Amino acid sequence: MANDNMIVKQLSVFLENKTGRLNHVAEILGKEGINMTAFSVADNSDFGILRVIVHEPERAAKILRDHLFAVSLTDVICLKISNKAGSLSSVLSILEKEDIYIEYMYAFSEGDDANVVIRPDKFEECLAALKKNNIVMWNREQIV
Amino acid sequence: MIWNETVECMDRQRLRDLQSVRLKRVVERVYHNCEPYRKRMQEAGVSPSDINGIEDIAKLPFTSKQDLRDYYPYGLLSSPLSEIVRIHASSGTTGKPIVVGLTRNDLSVWSEVGARCLTAFGLGKNDTVQVAYGYGLFTGGLGAHAAVENIGGTVIPISSGNTQKQILMMRDLGAKALACTPSYAMYLAEAMEASGYPREDFQLRVGVFGAEPWTEEMRRTIEAKLNIKAYDIYGLTEIMGPGVGYECECQHGTHLNEDHFFPEIVDPETGEPLPEGSHGELVFTTLTKEGMPLIRFRTHDLTALHYEKCKCGRTLVRMDKIMGRCDDMLIIRGVNVFPSQIESVLCEAEEFEPHFFITVDRVNNTDTFEVKVEVKPEYYKDDMKGMLELKKSITHKIQNVIGIMPDVKLVEPRSIERSEGKVKRVLDKRVFKN
Ligand SMILES: [Zn+2]
Repeated sequence: MANDNMIVKQLSVFLENKTGRLNHVAEILGKEGINMTAFSVADNSDFGILRVIVHEPERAAKILRDHLFAVSLTDVICLKISNKAGSLSSVLSILEKEDIYIEYMYAFSEGDDANVVIRPDKFEECLAALKKNNIVMWNREQIV
Repeated sequence: MIWNETVECMDRQRLRDLQSVRLKRVVERVYHNCEPYRKRMQEAGVSPSDINGIEDIAKLPFTSKQDLRDYYPYGLLSSPLSEIVRIHASSGTTGKPIVVGLTRNDLSVWSEVGARCLTAFGLGKNDTVQVAYGYGLFTGGLGAHAAVENIGGTVIPISSGNTQKQILMMRDLGAKALACTPSYAMYLAEAMEASGYPREDFQLRVGVFGAEPWTEEMRRTIEAKLNIKAYDIYGLTEIMGPGVGYECECQHGTHLNEDHFFPEIVDPETGEPLPEGSHGELVFTTLTKEGMPLIRFRTHDLTALHYEKCKCGRTLVRMDKIMGRCDDMLIIRGVNVFPSQIESVLCEAEEFEPHFFITVDRVNNTDTFEVKVEVKPEYYKDDMKGMLELKKSITHKIQNVIGIMPDVKLVEPRSIERSEGKVKRVLDKRVFKN
């Protein structure tokens, strides 16, 4: 894939819905000096899936597996858009036009920028559409 | 291989004659040496002279587990304490333990029946057997130990627990067989995988598993994980520990050593003997025991017996796998539920570990029924919909087998406790509410 570097590996961690589990993950990663750049939790009444963006996903996955967590690595794309009204909507419109479906997304903002993690169903098409429209993406090395 | 062909392949009529002689003898023994038995027979209007053969056995009153508690510790002995050389006990989940006393002759019968089992599993004097049943009051360790010595094999009397040492010994001493509970075998299999030693380092080929009910699926799982042949050895503390019955190479039911332990199947509700082949509660009479003979002891185990000669050549009766215990059985929303049913569903579903934990409670006068299960690590996905579908599919599979809908909870890997002994897989909170 030409745009390989733009595909970011996200950690997906299965968590039971009980207090302290999320904190436990954060503690383990913190002790190893791994910073969680972004995260989100999708949950229902008994379990959740923690999704985390980190600098060294493979190392983080191994550390968590050693602590018996169920961890998988999932491909996602990280976008950088301006932190103002309407900018997210314009990106989504681009993808919608290309018939690209987003399984899930989460966002975090810092100052003038907003960062959006998306999991599209068609990666090639999604990357092409974003590039064509000059949307800025993070490459793997930019994540710290 | 057959250890005692004379008995194990005996013509059934001759076997009945032998059982008749032995029954008369044991009834005389308890009547004259054990007050509670004499009283109970008198109340039932039966005397030893009414027992002329094995066909008269149904005239005798039953003995229950409760009797063993009521006459704790020595009230049911039919030998003076001076003749008792060994005590065993089972912990009993409620109240007093159950204590049994064995004479020197009882121990020799035990090692005889134990030898029949190990020989049927293909073990002999050249084999090393790692006995990982607990040694002590529990009958498993010392029972299996005596059986190995009797066939002239080499015992590693390691007892239960200390899994890393188990793996090391098994590897370094070249154990051919492992004797333990099937749930510990599962645990050990996982630990061996994790240890990183290649399978070629081990000579293990036979499993001698018993002391708790296990399913056909569990057998397949253990056989695949450990790459061995797994055999059932049946026993119960009250009757004789491991050695009451065993599987032959046909694995077509468990042969019972009925020249020593006479089995009947009765209706668990009414106590009426049931016709050959029926499912019901297993009842044992110890025909040769001296220390603490039990007459028509109700085991609470549910099974069926088959009398046709086995392909292995043995004529000894074959017992189906124990379906469950009347005690283990949970009644949830009016439906009978056996934990072993859930285990067999999990063993068949490739995405799930065979471990589970059931919690039953009563909320607003309705029983709640929660089953915690673990998805195998490689099947956890970053896909909420997929995970929910996995949960739904296992919910339906369990519901199909037991008839009521469980509330399935997916839990994190290895969060359900792995047991090193007997498994505790049920918490019934309703008992605290009555
Ligand atoms: Zn057979």
